[in-house]
Amino acid sequence: MEITSAHFKKVAGQKLADKKVQEALARAKGKFVVARAKAIEELDNFEEIRRAAADVRDHCLANLDQYLEQWEDNATAAGTIVHWVESAEEMNRTLLDIATGNNVRKVIKSKSMLGEETGVNEYLERGGIDVRETDLGEYIIQQAKEYPSHIIAPATHKSKDDIATLFAERHQRPRLDDIAQLTHEAREILRPHFLDADMGITGANFLVAETGSTMIVTNEGNGRMTTTLPRIHVAIASIEKCIPTLEDLSLLMRLLARSATGQSISNYLSVTTGPRRDGDSDGPEQFHVILVDIGRTRVLGSELRPALRCIRCGACMNHCPVYQNIGGHAYGWVYPGPIGSVLTPAYVGLEKAVDLPNAATFCNQCSVACPVKIPLPDLMRKLREKQTELKLAPAGQRVAMRVWAWLASRPTLYAWATKLAARVGKIAGGRQGLVHRLPLVGAEWTRGRDLPAPRGKTFREIYAARKRS
Amino acid sequence: MRVGLLITCLADLMRPSIGLAALKLLERAGCDVVVPSTQTCCGQPGYNSGDRPAAQALARKLISEFSDCDYVVVPSGSCSGMIKTHYVELLSELPEARAKAEWLAARTWELTDFLANVVRLDAIDVRFDGTVTYHDSCAGLREMGVKNQPRELLAKVSGLSIREMHDSEQCCGFGGTFAIKYGDISVRLADLKCDEVAKCKADALVLGDLGCMLNIEGRLRRRGDNRTKVLHVAEVLAGMTGEEVE
Ligand code: SF4
Repeated sequence: MEITSAHFKKVAGQKLADKKVQEALARAKGKFVVARAKAIEELDNFEEIRRAAADVRDHCLANLDQYLEQWEDNATAAGTIVHWVESAEEMNRTLLDIATGNNVRKVIKSKSMLGEETGVNEYLERGGIDVRETDLGEYIIQQAKEYPSHIIAPATHKSKDDIATLFAERHQRPRLDDIAQLTHEAREILRPHFLDADMGITGANFLVAETGSTMIVTNEGNGRMTTTLPRIHVAIASIEKCIPTLEDLSLLMRLLARSATGQSISNYLSVTTGPRRDGDSDGPEQFHVILVDIGRTRVLGSELRPALRCIRCGACMNHCPVYQNIGGHAYGWVYPGPIGSVLTPAYVGLEKAVDLPNAATFCNQCSVACPVKIPLPDLMRKLREKQTELKLAPAGQRVAMRVWAWLASRPTLYAWATKLAARVGKIAGGRQGLVHRLPLVGAEWTRGRDLPAPRGKTFREIYAARKRS
Repeated sequence: MRVGLLITCLADLMRPSIGLAALKLLERAGCDVVVPSTQTCCGQPGYNSGDRPAAQALARKLISEFSDCDYVVVPSGSCSGMIKTHYVELLSELPEARAKAEWLAARTWELTDFLANVVRLDAIDVRFDGTVTYHDSCAGLREMGVKNQPRELLAKVSGLSIREMHDSEQCCGFGGTFAIKYGDISVRLADLKCDEVAKCKADALVLGDLGCMLNIEGRLRRRGDNRTKVLHVAEVLAGMTGEEVE
């Protein structure tokens, strides 16, 4: 996917001013945050489960090589064809090769963020293959030729009205305005594609090492049909998704849907182990799994490793005050919100996403919500440090920090400077004690706010005078 | 009990009454309060801007200034959180400094937490006639576990009643340099906070962090609300809510 994170500020500004987007975001916030809070309350040991889940994910990552090998052995034994790829281009090519090698003309796809990373739909389409998204949200996005704005609710930025108009236009049918009817229409349109597709592509929420399985969760059942109806099923999975056992899977499943949508469990949970066996009533003739790196091993060896614990629930963005107000598109790549502010720089390059680690208040609402306790603000801070090191941070800011530190290390000089500032500030504040207009960087403050003015003397000045008297 | 008071650079410059109020509260509680005169800043701006060396220098300076105290008390969740939850990481590559940071972190308290749980203030001899609503600043709440402490203390102030606003734990959008780097987003978040404050119709918004105070008050005034007072919890508890500091 093309990366547009460099325009973060501009797009964020547009989204803040876009009434429709604002309405959609307000709806989503109410829905996700409230639902999650309720679901969490039902568990009396949520914190314990979170701790255990974080530990399991850490353990997987620390022994990833070993679990991946175990996974591959078991998968191969079950008849799965395993491909290892390093880059996005390689993944797309492998998929196209599988498709063309098997005379595939039509592909149905269930939601995969990894697929978004590599732009797999466009790639296959350029290769002459018809690709149909089957997750309702992804289907809407595909019809609108847009990008997802949320990892579990890709079309959350669109209103019911937007979708009604879109469907009427794309489906060439009378406009509907009832959600159930719209869903029904999409289903009707998609059904024949399910039946005549040659290949199904899914992502994988997890890979289970002890059984060599891939696993996906969906709410619409489209994933189940994608894995079982076409004669070929290909799962694309990034390597960090590997976990040791089914027991671990059940632990993580206690958190995933609760954190994501507030459901105690998703409607569907499909575990796939190998292709159709003799006597199976359905399933594909061939089952391929493409194991993908694209930056994961690099992150594994870096101080950002905890980000790989992510189970893609979306809670961090749902709870992020910045995301709640600008939505996902401003972040400019596949993963928005706090996790995106870490993964985007990590996967596509810090220099292409300079704003992202900075566009956060460090309120910590994300990491408190994260089911696997990823310290997202700390990771963003690491990236800020990297930016300073690489001189990617704005020069003005770097100089200002240096000057500040220099001054604050010299108490006498600092005392004089602050005395002066307190006096000037008091004058600038006038009778009301409010500064309406600041120069330079301060202008960004006073564009939408006043600044309560200093009171004329610093604390230390007053304190010293008292001590003397 | 030797208690070091860290004023914070922001209160020192912008609102000394917070420091004076904290001092008064601690002295009244019987603490032997020391205010190191060379104190400046805890280093958080540098730390959060990615200037680790700058932050390290200021952290080491602060640690040495408070090294003879039994406690360090800070009228700010953000700055106490910096010391308590970040100094050890900040100094992790410097073993000696790191050990001192651990020592200091264990002794560092946010003011209301200290008053409620260490000195266990049971009576507060001041009056405040009016309704207040309390905003939970992020670092105080999520790093220092400050939630009930200020409310318990405020409840002891005669004449004062607390009316909770909706979403009091939602970030106000200050975020340090965030407020001037992403002004539009910051103002939006402040605006949402102001909406809740307005709906609550309290006489005063009370909170424990000056950064958030400046942000919310600045937005309230710009919106034309000159009625709602914005006060630091220390000011209310010490009965120092007047405009003049001396
Ligand atoms: S970082 Fe945590 S909260 Fe965010 S999507 Fe990943 S698992 Fe969920």
